Amino acid sequence: MLIHDLTAVLSAFLASLVEVVEAFTIVLAVGVTSGWRPALLGTGAGLAVLTVLIGVLGPLLNAVPLEAMQGVIGLLLLLFGMRWLRKAVLRAAGRIPLHDEEAAFAKERKLLAGRPGFAAGTVAFQGVLLEGIEVVFIVIAVGTGRGLLGAASLGAAAAAVLVLAAGFVLHRPLSLVPENTLKFIVGVMLSAFGTFWLGESVGAAWPGADFSLLPMALGFLFAAIIGVRIAEARI
Amino acid sequence: MSVLRALWEELLGLFVDDGSLAAAILVVVGLVAVLRDTGVVGGPVGGGLLFGGLVLILLENVRRSARR
Repeated sequence: MLIHDLTAVLSAFLASLVEVVEAFTIVLAVGVTSGWRPALLGTGAGLAVLTVLIGVLGPLLNAVPLEAMQGVIGLLLLLFGMRWLRKAVLRAAGRIPLHDEEAAFAKERKLLAGRPGFAAGTVAFQGVLLEGIEVVFIVIAVGTGRGLLGAASLGAAAAAVLVLAAGFVLHRPLSLVPENTLKFIVGVMLSAFGTFWLGESVGAAWPGADFSLLPMALGFLFAAIIGVRIAEARI
Repeated sequence: MSVLRALWEELLGLFVDDGSLAAAILVVVGLVAVLRDTGVVGGPVGGGLLFGGLVLILLENVRRSARR
């Protein structure tokens, strides 16, 4: 159980860190360009919609049988994790550009120039809502099924607090966060998590039960490193 | 309306970026499920096939994407 707890907290923390940094960049751009009132109102509205979403989804998830839940969540985790891992591999190999928080900030500011307060507020609202949806999914995906929603929520909350604290102090985009490295690690962890759960739901057996997660994650990491070499060499 | 569309696209984009990657994952998962369901392979072999298949899918997709 401990290995699942740690994986859930760490996955939720690292993945949420990436998403919260992106949301923070948008809100900061709105605040600096159009004023803090629309930025904070948009953020508050986004968080309110997310809270309603969690309130509706939570009881629905409890009604789904555990076995069905493991299969569905395992598949979604696998699709999500492998997508991140693929992108991180291609970025690490220089085949697609790295995400640049400073560039994203400049782009948002350019788009916001001349927009009235309400329109700027909707940009903050949309940014918080869309990135927040990803955080909600990550928390639900790594936390549901084994009673780890609390642990996963803790990881996501810690990421939000860390980003907000750093943003409050620095007052600029958090471009030093190594986004691709985080995506690489989270991609590996979620791919392993998803494979494990999905495997259980389709009748596959894992030697060592929960402890097979570690060698599986190492296997995905090794494969991803080979993938970087393949992409670099364009074999 | 544009918020709803963006929301839907964001949700879909969470899982499907390169359609061929998602499709290949579904094929491997389906194949292992059928092999296990019909008793053709045992539990540990099914696990090995699932893990090995997914690793191969990742490597093949990365190789193909890098050559584009």
